[in-house]
Amino acid sequence: MADHAHDHAHDHAHDDHHDHEHHVDNFWTKYVFSIDHKMIAKQFLVTGMFMGIIGVFMSMLFRLQLAWPGESFPILETFLGKWAPDGVMDPNMYLALVTIHGTIMVFFVLTAGLSGTFSNLLIPLQIGARDMASGFLNMISYWFFAASSAVMVISLFVETGPASGGWTVYPPLSALPQAMPGSGAGMTLWLVSMTLFIAGSLIGSLNYIVTVINLRTKGMSMTRLPLTIWAFLVTAILGVLSFPVLLSAALLLVFDRSMGTSFYLSDIMVAGEMLTNQGGSPILFEHLFWFLGHPEVYIILLPALGITSEVIATNSRKPIFGYRAMIGSILAIAFLSFIVWGHHMFVTGMNPFLGSVFTFTTLLIAIPSAVKAFNYITTLWKGNIQFTPAMLFSIGLVSTFVAGGLTGIILGDSALDINVHDTYFVVAHFHIVMGLSAIFGMFAGVYHWFPKMYGRMMNKSMGYLHFWLTFVSAYGVFFPMHFTGLAGLPRRYYSNAEFPIFDELQDINVIITMFAIGGGIAQLIFIFNFFYSMWRGPKAPQNPWNSNTLEWTTPVEHLHGNWPGAIPEVHRWAYDYSKPGHDEDFVPQNTPLKDGEQAH
Amino acid sequence: MITLIVLVLAVLTALQLIRIFELSSKARKTAEYEVTDRDNNNQGWLMLLFGIGFIAAFFWMLFTWLPVTLPKPASEHGVDYDNLMEISMLVIIAMFLVVQPILFYFAWKYRGAKDRKATYYEHNNRLEFIWTIVPALVLAVLIIYGMTTWSNVMNPKNEQEPLVIEVYAQQFKWTARYAGKDNQLGYANVRLIKDANVIGVDTLDTQAADDQITTEIHLPVGRPVLFRFRSQDVIHSAYFPHFRAQMNCVPGMTTQFQFTPTVTTAEMRQDPEVQAKVARINKIRGEKGLEAYAYDYVLLCNKICGSAHYNMQMNIVVESEEEYAKWLAEQKTVAETL
Repeated sequence: MADHAHDHAHDHAHDDHHDHEHHVDNFWTKYVFSIDHKMIAKQFLVTGMFMGIIGVFMSMLFRLQLAWPGESFPILETFLGKWAPDGVMDPNMYLALVTIHGTIMVFFVLTAGLSGTFSNLLIPLQIGARDMASGFLNMISYWFFAASSAVMVISLFVETGPASGGWTVYPPLSALPQAMPGSGAGMTLWLVSMTLFIAGSLIGSLNYIVTVINLRTKGMSMTRLPLTIWAFLVTAILGVLSFPVLLSAALLLVFDRSMGTSFYLSDIMVAGEMLTNQGGSPILFEHLFWFLGHPEVYIILLPALGITSEVIATNSRKPIFGYRAMIGSILAIAFLSFIVWGHHMFVTGMNPFLGSVFTFTTLLIAIPSAVKAFNYITTLWKGNIQFTPAMLFSIGLVSTFVAGGLTGIILGDSALDINVHDTYFVVAHFHIVMGLSAIFGMFAGVYHWFPKMYGRMMNKSMGYLHFWLTFVSAYGVFFPMHFTGLAGLPRRYYSNAEFPIFDELQDINVIITMFAIGGGIAQLIFIFNFFYSMWRGPKAPQNPWNSNTLEWTTPVEHLHGNWPGAIPEVHRWAYDYSKPGHDEDFVPQNTPLKDGEQAH
Repeated sequence: MITLIVLVLAVLTALQLIRIFELSSKARKTAEYEVTDRDNNNQGWLMLLFGIGFIAAFFWMLFTWLPVTLPKPASEHGVDYDNLMEISMLVIIAMFLVVQPILFYFAWKYRGAKDRKATYYEHNNRLEFIWTIVPALVLAVLIIYGMTTWSNVMNPKNEQEPLVIEVYAQQFKWTARYAGKDNQLGYANVRLIKDANVIGVDTLDTQAADDQITTEIHLPVGRPVLFRFRSQDVIHSAYFPHFRAQMNCVPGMTTQFQFTPTVTTAEMRQDPEVQAKVARINKIRGEKGLEAYAYDYVLLCNKICGSAHYNMQMNIVVESEEEYAKWLAEQKTVAETL
């Protein structure tokens, strides 16, 4: 399989590059307006972490309210000011917090922070390229993201509060400032921020696709690519095809909000005022939104799965099981993700026949997902598992991917969705399958590639502590939500004290909040470890995990252009771990085949 | 100030911890970041322990919290709904109980050691074929079962004419409109809202004259009810958890959902499971000094709609045909009020 090297993968540009040592970088070109993909990756990571701290902290604040509704917490007044008079959270602020928490985690942390960091870091290094196809566009892509993050953070401080109509910003709620205060200036800034975000994401994705297709080194055929790169490539394609649709949805919303059009509005009387809008439909927005929204789930998840494939294979000291099936399942998931958006809309009044169609396509996704899960587990089988912190998080990912994926079989079934739609059952499902899995993949990536990014090692024992506290509290937060959901508790409720039937759920809510606070605080261990190791960690060896992929053939010190000499040539796939006939239990991709050695 | 001191102390503790980790690895003559056999052993055992704890916790939650979930359905299709739910749940729980233990068992069983060698095993078409086909078959069954149920729920066969009721949503309350003697709702549009005509009924429409606007929903047991939903301002969602029913209320359009209530409120209050639930709830309410609760069906808003979204509710009473007729007769018609 694949023992023919592709000719179109050429060692492009390395001749022009032997003058790289003569570049003189000043502070601005090195750390701020860098066009080096490794620096841009770090910029994405640190910005994503900053946004992540905000997003997680918000969730801790609203969990306080949910566990002890209406009680006074001085910390709320400290952080929320007039939105928490006497330490009691205002209902509008509660909605704002859940909205911004969702927006930040989905887009800023798990899209830009995850895919932006690792696509940038790994695509050139693992395919054997000097840099991205366009370093300049790559820089622009980060700066759009930085600008959009800045606007989103600024939106937290406007007089009427940040956007609060839920991260899905369904109109008319999000279109009408009369409907809720957050739909005023806060929502305008939300739209501005997302527009910048989408622009950045598109530029980045195009760059990733072009780079993977054109700049692979000699011998790096598509079937020798590490699964990380496959995941990033497919993610980028998903992004290019779906984000423009969100952009158009957002633009039409801007028109409705500011220019008096009626794309989403019809026959509305709000706050005593009869609006003139007629003929639009909010359902149109839902279709456009979820046409992005569902692929978005896989834009988040696939990079995490790619990272996990790499980390599990390396640390099991075994080839990833079923490499081709893994590629096939990535492609199948990506394709299906475009024809399942309607499962978010079973109860919108959509034609019931469409409900059947979307049930069918949605449940099909379980097949490639099951293949992936089983292949991960078989990779562990008869391995020699090295429990690095990255490996722990990857195993955690397989667990959450399975636990959360299974409840998708309930929610994807239109008949069952009727009664659990928008309840805490949904919150449990998507946080476990998408939120936890993706964040675990991101942690795995940081622990695994930290030496490549900063030339130093993170502290392992702290990594262990961080993993176990995170893993236990993550399940502690989200598993009980299945039960509150099955009790009929709707999501986005400021308090469930108004309904006596929910009174007996309060104990569960307290338990969830305890785990949420514990898990949130545990992240400080990671942040401390990250910044401490960046400056004070032990110096990294060149290939700390005895890994096969090309990034570990570059020197520890970063150079612009990645390899000091010629780009290595690739002779084998990325997963020759513990291959019989070799002395070491790993065979880097640039090692030529021995006489008579079979490629995988 | 206290927060600051705690923070400083935490950072100092972390620094000391790191020193301890590093010194102890130095004593063992390895770099701190290197994974030793001891680490593999410890983490492998932790994986196994976690796996066991996770499954134990799962059963504990099932045992403790299953009673807080919704009681038996109060509608005809609700029984089919619960059957489908039960079967799907059994399938996914079975998968969960197979896959999770294997994952943690493998993590423990194959924990690394210096003298261990991993098996080079790259793929096995037969195995991969099996775990593509088996989920596909199981899903085929679930898909067909699900679609059949969905089709029955959404296209009910009516042996008797359904009672037509409009449910009208606005920030942050519900209003109901009964179709009256002709069982036909008169035309309505939010543009017609004026003074006492709070939900915009067209008073010139003859079918509207006998419509009755109410603040509570009463339903006769055993009779199909066709709900038609409108919204005045933003998207709301009419959620009837006890009846296993939900439909969004969308401004600018009408949506609908039909179900047949099968258990009266009074009967539900006699159900042993419900009585146990009510007893638990009243114990909690008693401790907080809140008034006692008797079980009621309720309509909730389940689509984020603004600041009081969490308290947008309407009481639903299912009663005998006679009681219903008596209640309805007391409700004023549009002709009388407008």
